[in-house]
Amino acid sequence: MIINRVHKLNSTKSVATKINIISTYVCLKAMTKLRQLLIKLVGVALISVASNAGAALNIEITEGVADAIPIAVVPFHVAGNVKLPTDIAQVVEADLARSGQFNPLTRNNMLAQPHFTKDIKFKNWRMLDIPNLVIGNVERRGDNDYYITFRLFDVYRQKYIVGYGFAATNQTLRGIAHKISDIIYEELMGVKGAFDSRIVYIKKFPRNTDKPYRLYLADADTYNEQEVMRHDWPLFSPTWSRDNKTLAFAMAGSRGAGIFLFDVTSGKSPKRLTKRSLKASAPSWSPDGDKIAMQVLKNGSANIFVIDIKTKRLTQITRHWSLDVEPAWAPDGKSIVFTSERGGSPQLYRYFFNNKKIKRLTFEGRQNLRASFSPDGKMITFVHLSKNGSYNVAVMDLMTREMHIAADSVDGESEHESPSFAPNGSMIIYAANYPQKPGESKKTGLVAVSVDGNVRQHFTDDGEGEVREPAWSSFLN
Amino acid sequence: MYKKQRDILSEWYLAIRLTLMLKVHDILCKSLHIDKERYMKPVTKLVVALLPLLLIVGCGDKATKVDDTSTSGENVVVDGGASTANGTDGTLLADEGQNTTGGSDAATAETSDTSNIQDATDSSAADSSIDQDLLAERKIYFEFDRSQISDDYKEILNAHANFLMSNAGSSIVIEGHCDERGTREYNMALGERRAFSVLQYLALQGVSKSQMDTVSFGEERSDVEGHDESAWKYNRRAVFVYSE
Repeated sequence: MIINRVHKLNSTKSVATKINIISTYVCLKAMTKLRQLLIKLVGVALISVASNAGAALNIEITEGVADAIPIAVVPFHVAGNVKLPTDIAQVVEADLARSGQFNPLTRNNMLAQPHFTKDIKFKNWRMLDIPNLVIGNVERRGDNDYYITFRLFDVYRQKYIVGYGFAATNQTLRGIAHKISDIIYEELMGVKGAFDSRIVYIKKFPRNTDKPYRLYLADADTYNEQEVMRHDWPLFSPTWSRDNKTLAFAMAGSRGAGIFLFDVTSGKSPKRLTKRSLKASAPSWSPDGDKIAMQVLKNGSANIFVIDIKTKRLTQITRHWSLDVEPAWAPDGKSIVFTSERGGSPQLYRYFFNNKKIKRLTFEGRQNLRASFSPDGKMITFVHLSKNGSYNVAVMDLMTREMHIAADSVDGESEHESPSFAPNGSMIIYAANYPQKPGESKKTGLVAVSVDGNVRQHFTDDGEGEVREPAWSSFLN
Repeated sequence: MYKKQRDILSEWYLAIRLTLMLKVHDILCKSLHIDKERYMKPVTKLVVALLPLLLIVGCGDKATKVDDTSTSGENVVVDGGASTANGTDGTLLADEGQNTTGGSDAATAETSDTSNIQDATDSSAADSSIDQDLLAERKIYFEFDRSQISDDYKEILNAHANFLMSNAGSSIVIEGHCDERGTREYNMALGERRAFSVLQYLALQGVSKSQMDTVSFGEERSDVEGHDESAWKYNRRAVFVYSE
């Protein structure tokens, strides 16, 4: 019912303008209390924001926590009332809303918009049942030189909680806004936020497009999309080094096959790591960034190898006639989880460096593939093929070996692929297919789901490209 | 002769095993105090009682059956002339099902595909036109998650093998492909395995490995768009690409 409503609104809005973000709150223009009550009951708040050109993908929250925390982020005051290229408060609002954990108050409903501590009248916020208040200021120190401050308050206790100041330029305004979101999130949720992070993904355009495989970097909210490269041959398996400085990815095809490295900061074109004849793919970084684990195809079989990036020396990890693929290096460096069909069907196995032993991890379902570690190394997320034939994202706790499905197929979303953890370990991003109308090309999107499955956001592309293979960076510090 | 004796022995072995099983069943029923007579349906009782008899009778039949296959096997060896040049594997020929009647007169035997008969009669003109048809076939298909080559395609593969062996300057790239199910990297490996199993088959026929190479496209290059078996079965394939 809620989903239908969102779609109906979408169709009217998208016809009128080229609005690229569907944020989370719909302005019903009804009575404030009624709306809030409705929001509380339904658990998902819907807003549409007019000007958010710059997001590469539409963002839609279809599931939110039922008791999302109300918060008010007052538009930041800019000295001299100069218009900044970025509305910082609005970015913070969108971040918090996107987490599904917060329910930001719309600006129209703010009874006042204080900028300084002395101007705050807590009564104004208590009346609206808002327990948390954020105010902020931007000073201009020179041309393209700003100083941003923000403060977070507890309304009921009428207390100042936390605040920071940042130096900024036009280019770093968005990043600072994300940092502010992270601080607020961590203060109120007790868990680090993942707003100040980046994602990498691949878009595949229709066959007749020139160089249809394209690799992109973007902020975690899909802003600042930047094309890294485009190619005729399939690109896949992009993965971040732990220091976020290098991307490794694979390319297929007889002329180009192998693993490539791309230095994110230099922007120079990607460099080949493995020679064509090795037929290597599925790169996974070692925690120290010196080596890459990969799958190597030879004589109809596939095995896991490790290559030293500097010396190019190869070490063979598995020796088996079956297909051993998709290595994932543990964050503590002590083991590699990989997919193998040595038991008859693809399942997850774990290789330990100290004793060179291989243990099987998964026993449920028809297939389990493509594991990816959480940043603390305690969990893995992977693709699980259940008995009824659907591919879903699952999570396993490596201590207890208990497994649960993090995202089942709802709203027609199916064929989950390539799950990876957010740097705070609380969200998983993956790619999925959506139902398509006959004659239309396949509709795909990225989905972010909380580890417990309670929060879900969809990032869909209206364009022609199929979005796939998302990977979330580590914290950008 | 040796084969016949082996078969008879295995039949007896089976009979003994079954009788033992029945004995065990008896004992179990007694020890668990189950009244066999009451719960076993009359028909089942009859079958169980008669089972040992059936086996003794069966043995005799089986022995003669072995004889039949061996003689018809010989016939097939003679007829499928061209393709047995390297044929160390007798069952390959039998599976082609060309001579269901076991007729030894190649010229008059009516089959659905006259091409093999033509081969046997050594007409090179007829050879090339039939082979052209087979050579024009550049794709073979696979079962889900499998890379075994079905017997349906061995004719096509043999034609390509013959061509490559008679044209040493020709080379081929075998592409391996998968349907969209499963993960991308697993499908890269599965595609490679499919391509390699074709390469191995051709090498066994005598094609030099220097003329062949494999490449996997995983699930990236589907032939048929669609999200059900009607599309998937056409995407699980190996494709032969000749380089000019």
